[in-house]
Amino acid sequence: MGYDLAMRVWRGDADGGELRDFTVEVEEGMVVLDAVHRLQATQAGDLAVRWNCKAGKCGSCSAEVNGKPRLMCMTRLNLFDPGETVTITPLRTFPVVRDLVTAVAFNYEKAEEVPTFAPGRPTGDDGHHRMQQVDVDRVQEFRKCIECFMCQNVCHVIRDHEDKKKVFAGPRLMIRYAELEMHPLDTNDRRDLLRGEAGVGYCNITKCCTDVCPEHIKITDNGIIPLKERVADASFDPIAAIGRRLRRRSPGEDG
Amino acid sequence: MTAETHSYDVVVVGAGGAGLRAAIEAHEQGARVAIVCKSLLGKAHTVMAEGGMAAAMANVWPEDNWRVHFRDTMRGGKMLNQWRMAQIHAQEAPDRVWELEEWGAVFDRTPDGKILQRDFGGHRYARLAHVGDRTGLELIRTLQNRVVAKKLDVYMECTVQRLLTAPDPATGGERIAGVFAYWRETGTFVRFDAPSVVLATGGIGKSWQVTSNSWEYTGDGQALALRAGAALMDMEFVQFHPTGMVWPPSVRGILVTEGVRGDGGILRNTEGRRFMFDYIPEVFAADTADTEEEADRWYTDKKTARRPPELLPRDEVARAINSEVKAGRGTPHGGVFLDIASRRDPEYIRRRLPSMYHQFKELADVDITKEPMEVGPTCHYVMGGIKVDPESQATTLPGLFAAGECAAGLHGSNRLGGNSLSDLVVFGRRAGAGAAAHAAALTGADRPVPDEAQIAETSTQALAPFERAVAGGDTENPYTLQSDLQAVMQSLVGIIRTEHELTQALKEIVQLRQRAERVAVEGHRQYNPGWHLALDLRSMLLVAECVATAALARKESRGGHTRDDFPGTDPVFARLNHVLRLRDGTLDLVAEPLPTMPAELAELFDAPAATPAPPAAAAAPAALPATATATTSGTATTSAPGSGSDVPPQPADAGPAQSPPETPPVAGTNNERNA
Repeated sequence: MGYDLAMRVWRGDADGGELRDFTVEVEEGMVVLDAVHRLQATQAGDLAVRWNCKAGKCGSCSAEVNGKPRLMCMTRLNLFDPGETVTITPLRTFPVVRDLVTAVAFNYEKAEEVPTFAPGRPTGDDGHHRMQQVDVDRVQEFRKCIECFMCQNVCHVIRDHEDKKKVFAGPRLMIRYAELEMHPLDTNDRRDLLRGEAGVGYCNITKCCTDVCPEHIKITDNGIIPLKERVADASFDPIAAIGRRLRRRSPGEDG
Repeated sequence: MTAETHSYDVVVVGAGGAGLRAAIEAHEQGARVAIVCKSLLGKAHTVMAEGGMAAAMANVWPEDNWRVHFRDTMRGGKMLNQWRMAQIHAQEAPDRVWELEEWGAVFDRTPDGKILQRDFGGHRYARLAHVGDRTGLELIRTLQNRVVAKKLDVYMECTVQRLLTAPDPATGGERIAGVFAYWRETGTFVRFDAPSVVLATGGIGKSWQVTSNSWEYTGDGQALALRAGAALMDMEFVQFHPTGMVWPPSVRGILVTEGVRGDGGILRNTEGRRFMFDYIPEVFAADTADTEEEADRWYTDKKTARRPPELLPRDEVARAINSEVKAGRGTPHGGVFLDIASRRDPEYIRRRLPSMYHQFKELADVDITKEPMEVGPTCHYVMGGIKVDPESQATTLPGLFAAGECAAGLHGSNRLGGNSLSDLVVFGRRAGAGAAAHAAALTGADRPVPDEAQIAETSTQALAPFERAVAGGDTENPYTLQSDLQAVMQSLVGIIRTEHELTQALKEIVQLRQRAERVAVEGHRQYNPGWHLALDLRSMLLVAECVATAALARKESRGGHTRDDFPGTDPVFARLNHVLRLRDGTLDLVAEPLPTMPAELAELFDAPAATPAPPAAAAAPAALPATATATTSGTATTSAPGSGSDVPPQPADAGPAQSPPETPPVAGTNNERNA
């Protein structure tokens, strides 16, 4: 049942590195992460890899497998021909720490910029909120995100342009904005921020993020495009702009 | 050597549900808080929780209230729970769920817009607030966002090696002074000075071969506490979840949520028999359907039908599956069949159980809407842990607090599904408050100062595996040692235990510990998983010894501890908790009597006065169709309240003491609606 798998794994750190060849004995039903673990246990005890749940729920073990971003724990080896070499490299968008581990602080820093959830007053007679399932379906879709950051990895705005990380938060954060903006209870308005610092305009809808999402969230269609529409409405609809100006004035009058 | 040093009022170790909730609370109370966690923020094991969080909100069944939840929890734990923890948990869980909603959690809804609640094993009413089968992710993301919003300091991929202690002028013993940790990314050491530390490090399952637990679950908190002088309790009680994946081998142990059964799934052996009917224990017989017809009817008719036996508490179901497989009626891969495909339409299954659908499709090429799953028991949860005070979660070491899975007491000898997520937020909050109060009472010169000698000793110990690699000679590979430990625990300290095997396990653990003294790791200190494992092994070996020691001492079977040589419950052990301490490097086990339950709680277990709720018929919602938003909900028994057959009392041996209460009357709920 077992066979020898040819693997090529990137090893190195911030100063550089190289692909190294290994042969690992694997068995039927294994996933790529199993092969990496076996490599660690038998040939490369210090091979750095980030992983946690090994069940596709935590989003820790993202890497590029034969050039495509994947959760290593959910990638079956039978996806590849038995003679095929499986090449594993770290996510390219983020700086390498060591081997397959990258520094993903960018995502956490961007998350800190998102204005938090601010619910309105509960409407139920028991003092609790009421929401209809149909109204939260879309929000729940976004909240399936396991923060594997593979959408960030393939987003060509930030993958290929280091300087754009300053002006575009990336698809993961767009989904976070969308989840808050579409939350039936939320009262914050993040549209100016989306247009400005979060840079929703930088997305030009190639849908690469949607393609790689392991949770099958329709990031572009259901998240980013509606956000763009909201921002466009708010920024370029003249009637809405007047209304907003009037609303803005009132808090100032209160002092 | 001077390590990087930080100073806080409260340091929370662990960033799962309990740790994050503790940190938020300590912050709310005005403390300066640091969260120190082994992985990235948001990746903790809490994300793997699937089914839901139990809270008697009575959104689906108005009859539900904290007393019913309390009673279910105690009965599920075979009455070995700390009653006060079970009471606090049942009373406060609803407020903690509503609070999560206030912080942005988006639970599934009832038709009238409230938080939907689902059925789970051992819970009398549909009580689990949930989000499909990814409730843990919702919980952790909500708390994570809250932590980010509150701008708390989070030290990620930073692993605590030792709790630092200093002399305590108040007791003459030791007290907490901080923690000493190492940064994974650089391999360098870091020290946190703090008068209060909250341990929220989770469980111990990684010491078994077949487990639903991630690599992080190496018993760090339990081992850190024990080494610092705190006590552990109930360590013999390890929950084997009845349904883990069994095939393919590399995914063996991955959890299959109890929600599958709550939503209509049934268990069959290879002969096609729905075998759970053969394993209904006397204590649950009056609650449980005894024919397939009645069990199936329950999903649409909760007024006259009783619950299916598949929804018995986890210990019962796990033992039953184990017996079926041992009797030769298991699947070729050593499990049994869990079938929802023939019972619910594909749309319903995909909607209610999206992660399960996805998991089986991707990992096992099984379409659960078309074919049954193969499942078997998997090491899932430890009921025992650090001994804590029910009110404040203070441990026996001043300044040290513990919450969540690493703490003991709430679940007794067996945890009900859904009681873990609520445990995290109820007791995480209390631990955070307790830690903040402890720190606030210590200002200026009253604050303990960590002992440099402890830091030096721990650094030397931590770096020893590199020294050994350089020195060469007879060294051990940490991965091999871990694998050998897992084999010992799986075969000798598993679901079914015997004195002979436990004694053997303790011998083998001693040998493994000797081998661990020779562990060597290659490479350097930067993000080195081999080194990390070498350090984790110290915790794993100590905790493994705790489990085997306590299991050997408990000469009875109860909940998550089954002794082949003592198959029944024992009236003497029914009143004892096993408490472990480390004295001069040797484990010391003491049997301590259970606290006495006050009369007004004890009477909940008497029949017939025990009837905790009005008849289900009184206000049962119309049987809900199996549609997208409505779960099969609620439960009822054929017996009317007061009939005496409602729910049988515990056998006399396991019952609460009937002596007059020495404890104050029941109080302390802040959930008045349920009080």
